[in-house]
Amino acid sequence: MKFLTTNFVQCAVKSCHSSLTSFPLQYEECQLVQQEQDYNPEFIVHMLERLDWNAIVQVAKDLGNESLPANKPEDLDPIMEDSQAVLRDLHTLLVETQIVEGKMVCKNCGHIYYIKNSIPNFLLPPHLAN
Amino acid sequence: MSRPEELAPPEVFYNDTESFKYTSSTRVQHIQAKMTLRALELLNLEPDTPHFILDLGCGSGLSGEILTEEGYNWVGLDISPSMLATGLDRDVEGDLFLADLGNGVPFRAGTFDAAISISAIQWLCNADTAGVDPKKRLLTFFNTLYASLKRGGKFVAQFYPMNDSQTESIMGAAKVAGFGGGLVIDDPESKRHKKYYLVLTAGMSDRQINLAGAEMDAPQQTDRKMNKKLKRKLENKKEFINRKKETMRRRGKKVAEDSKFTGRKRRPRF
Repeated sequence: MKFLTTNFVQCAVKSCHSSLTSFPLQYEECQLVQQEQDYNPEFIVHMLERLDWNAIVQVAKDLGNESLPANKPEDLDPIMEDSQAVLRDLHTLLVETQIVEGKMVCKNCGHIYYIKNSIPNFLLPPHLAN
Repeated sequence: MSRPEELAPPEVFYNDTESFKYTSSTRVQHIQAKMTLRALELLNLEPDTPHFILDLGCGSGLSGEILTEEGYNWVGLDISPSMLATGLDRDVEGDLFLADLGNGVPFRAGTFDAAISISAIQWLCNADTAGVDPKKRLLTFFNTLYASLKRGGKFVAQFYPMNDSQTESIMGAAKVAGFGGGLVIDDPESKRHKKYYLVLTAGMSDRQINLAGAEMDAPQQTDRKMNKKLKRKLENKKEFINRKKETMRRRGKKVAEDSKFTGRKRRPRF
C-alpha cells in the first residue's frame, strides 16, 4: 500500500465515521519498501489540495519519519524549476514509499487491520459489519 | 451456462484455480478491456489531467491495467484473496485492498475523482450468509461510495443483472444514496452481447457524462412491441384475412387468390 493511500483510508466500521479520533489510523510494526515509480508532478499537485497534512505528519511519525515540515507545502507548480525539489521529495514519500507488512489500528474502536503482502485486509468480522 | 453468482459467494467462487483461469483467458481479458474502455468513455474525464480512480471489484487488475495505460492512478477493492494474489503476481500499479463492498468503501470523504466497477456489483444482490440483507448492503455500498467521491465525481459500473428486479434494486439504492443518472444498455438487441452500464454522478459536474453513442433503446423497443399488438387489435376483418393468407402463402400452402370480394359479407339474395 502506498503512503499516499494512508491519507485516505479510514476505519470501515460505520460508527467510527463520525468520530474525530478514527482518522488517520495508527500504524504499527510496519515494514516499508521503496519502489521506483514514474515521476508524475501533475498528479502530486493534483492530490496535494485534498491531502490532510496533519494526518500525513502523524502517519509519517508512526512510521519513524519525523523530519516532515509542520505545514503543507503550497503554491507548487509542476513546470516551475524551484518547486521541483519539493515535488521530488513528495513523490518519493507519497508514491514510492510502500507499506508491505504491518498493522493499522483504529483509534476509536480499536479494530486492527492487518497488511500482508502490501494488501490491507478490510474484511470485517460479523459483529462489526454494518 | 449457469451464472457464477448462483454457485457460491465471490470469495469462495474465485479460488486459486478459478482466478487463474479467469485472468489467463484471452477472451475474458479482451472483454474486460473493452468494457473498461467503454466505462472510461462514459465517464468522460478531462484529458491530460491526472485523476485518482477507485476500481470496485478490481479482481486481478485486468481493468486496472487499462487504467494505468490511460495514465490514471487507481486503488482497487476486491473480496477474493486469490484474485488479489493473482493481481500481485501480475505486478499491477494500483493499491489493492481486500474488502467487502457490501460493508462500505473505507475511504474518507472526497478522496476520488471517479470510480468504475466492471462485472462486480451484481454480486451484492445475493445474500450469501444468514442474516444478510442485500438491500442494506447495496445501500451501505452506495452511501459510502457517494461520500468517498468528490462533489461532481462520476461512477460507471458495468454489471450483469440476473433479472429486472435486480437492476431496479441497484438503481433504487443508488438513487436513495443521492446519485443522479441512469442505465445505459449497449447492444440491446443481442442477448449475448447486451451490456448494462450504470452511469451515476455525485452532485453536479462541470463535464457531463458522455452519452454519445448511447441510444435510448429500451423504451423504443417496448414501443415496437406495443405497436404490433395494437395493430392487431385495430385491424379490420379484411386486413386480418389478408394477413393470414400471406402467412399461409409463405408456408407454401395453397391459398385462394386475392380479389375485391375478399372478406366481404355474403348478402342474402333476396
